[in-house]
Formats: sequence, C-alpha cells, structure tokens
Amino acid sequence: MTELWPLFLRATFVENMPLSFFLGLCTFLALSRRPETAIGLGVAMILVLGVTVPLNRIVYDTLLAPGAWAWAGLPEVDLSYLSLIAFIGVIAATVQLIEMLTDRFFPAIHGAFGVFLPLLTVQCAILAGSLFMVERQYTLAESAVFGLGAGTGFAVAVVMLSAVRNRLAYADLPAGLRGLGITFVFTGLLSLGFASFALMVAE
Amino acid sequence: MTTRTPLLHILTDPLLRQNPVTLQILGICSALAVTTSLATAITMCVSLTVVVTLAAGIISTIRRHIPDSIRLIVQIVIIASLVIVIDQVLQAWFAEISRTLSIFVALITTNCLVLGRTESFARHNAPLPAMTDAFGNGLGYSLILVVIGGLRELFGQGQLLGRQVLPLAETGGWFTPLSLMLLAPSAFFLLGGLVWAIRSIRPEQAEVPEHMPPKAEPAE
Repeated sequence: MTELWPLFLRATFVENMPLSFFLGLCTFLALSRRPETAIGLGVAMILVLGVTVPLNRIVYDTLLAPGAWAWAGLPEVDLSYLSLIAFIGVIAATVQLIEMLTDRFFPAIHGAFGVFLPLLTVQCAILAGSLFMVERQYTLAESAVFGLGAGTGFAVAVVMLSAVRNRLAYADLPAGLRGLGITFVFTGLLSLGFASFALMVAE
Repeated sequence: MTTRTPLLHILTDPLLRQNPVTLQILGICSALAVTTSLATAITMCVSLTVVVTLAAGIISTIRRHIPDSIRLIVQIVIIASLVIVIDQVLQAWFAEISRTLSIFVALITTNCLVLGRTESFARHNAPLPAMTDAFGNGLGYSLILVVIGGLRELFGQGQLLGRQVLPLAETGGWFTPLSLMLLAPSAFFLLGGLVWAIRSIRPEQAEVPEHMPPKAEPAE
C-alpha cells in the first residue's frame, strides 16, 4: 500500500498508454490536431479511467472472480470469462452517467468535453486499463491510482503531440508525409523520449 | 441502400486504395502492439479477420431489427461475444501465442476497425457484401501487420517466423540485431514510413495542407 506514488509515476510515464502500449491511438491521433481539443480529451480520459478502473475492480471481485459466489454456496463458479462484456457494460454506463451528471451540474465542463465523452466508450485504452488491472491483480486503492495515472499519462502525451502538430501545420513537408505520416514519426520520437523514463521507477 | 458494386471490387478496394490502417486510421492500436514478431502478427490478423467478418455478417443479418438508439451497445455485445470465443480458442490451442498477445485479443472488442466497418458498412448492406467488405478490410489490415511484423522481426532478431534468416554476428555471421526494432518507437517510424511510401505511389491519398505559405504581398 505504500507503493502508491511509484505506481502512479509508473502508469503515467513508464507504461504510458499510447506511447509504449499503443493503446487508444485512434483517438490519440484523430483528436490531437489542436491543443484545445487535446486538453478536453485528456481531462475526459483522466476522469473516465479514474472512475472505471476501481469500479471494474469491485465488479470483478464481487461477481466475476473465481470463488466470488462462495457465499451463495457456489464456490466453483468462475465467471472470469465474462469480464470483457461486464467491463464494457460498466464503462458504457459510467461514461453515460458522467455525461448526464456533468450536463446537469457543470454545463461548462460538459461543453468543453463535447463529443469526446461518448467516444470514450469504445476507446481501447480505457478497456485496457481494466484488463491490465485484472491481469496484474491490483488492490482497490492501487486500481484507483493506476487508473488516474494512466489517464494522466494519456493527457500529457496527447497535449504534447497536439502542441507539436499545431506548429507542424505550417511546415512545408513532402506531400506523402503530410498529416498522418509525419504524425506517426513524431509519435515515434515522443515514444523514444518516454522510453527514457523507464529508469525513473525502480522495479 | 448504396448502389450495388461488384463484390470483387468491394473485396480488393480496402487492400491498398482504401486501406483501413494507413488511410482510414482504424485499428492502429493493435496494429502496432503485436508486430514485434511475425507469428503474433499473423495470429492477430487471423483473429481480427474472423471477428470482423462474422460480426459484419451477424449485424447485417439483423440490421432491420436493431433500434437505432441502442445500436452501438448491440454491436459491441455481438463483437465482444465473438472475441470471447476467439480468446478461449486461442487459450485452448495456442497457449504460447495467447500469452504473448496478452490483452490485445480482448482489445479487438474496442478495435475501431471492427466497429467502424459494422457501423459504416454492415449496417446498410446485405450480408454478402457486408461480409466481403469486412473480409477485405481484414485483409488490408493483415497486409500492413505482416509487412511491419516481418520487418521488425527480420531486423530486430534476424529471424522470420522463428527461423534464423540473417546470420547473427555472435554466431559468426555478419548481422548485428537492431534492438530498437523491438521497442515501441520503431513501430511508429515504420508505419509512418509505410504511409509515406503508399501515399507517394498513390498521390491522391495525400492530405491537403491546412495552411498555404503566404504569397508575397505587393509592396505598399
């Protein structure tokens, strides 16, 4: 339990979702054209990952894990193969709930999110957060920290990339490299930079 | 309903002209993550092609019965069920590869390629063209994965499908493995290069610049 801060740093920098695990790249590339949209996406990612990962931990522990039904006299029941559908359901419901809540109480924030929030339902990075959490057997507190860290890492990376792309729009590039091509090359460079964070957290 | 296009055209279009990875920006996440070796790349391609084809078939068959407001959830549930089946099959018969792919098989569920094709094509077309389109897109995806996977394994380890192709310097050959090829950044560089190459061959795919350089203004 004392390892929470290193875990946060690890999730943010060392195991950066888009740059070292290639997760959530579709939105990462599609929405990083402007810094404003990138910031909106980043905040939404932190929020959704921070909520869904611990929530899925609870769902997994109480309903799906092997032996979770022991209290009902069914100790052999192992529903872990259903986790994929359960997680997707939880994520979709959470996203919907966050959208309704922010719309009701914080209309300004809701306006800033725009279309990103519903899109996050089918974002690989979010589902991956929950799947990693099961695979690595985090406790509830660790899951919450991991979710927040992963979201922060995504936000940092997407804002950095959008800043680069914003400047790059004025560059005179070969026609074939324009747009997607150069974005990949720059993501590669960013990823190379993030690789040097690997030593930041001791194993 | 869209106008009827020949099935062959639907099948071959996504291979290069409308390639899902390099032009439509779909399914990039998994495309890069599983390409450290050719064997995992091929497994991933087969799994994805099976899932996308079956999902397109099922969704297109029941397309008139899905209410519009909940179609995303219906589609995701269908895709997730197919993915669970594939995942269990891989775990049962290809345990080794299943472990290397780790969560990426499960992530086919949220692969934008699958949802993108069911959402944009299968929802409006009869089962046969829908499955053809999905299969073609699966092949287009596979093409990119196999090229990148092959390059990364060849230059990262000097192997292809686990067989030593280039003799290593350690064992008396001449080839020194580029360990960068096995790390994350190289996948981005390779894909960027591939996009550049394809767009140089087919210039109509190049994106229009957002800003034109300012013209010299007449002196006042």
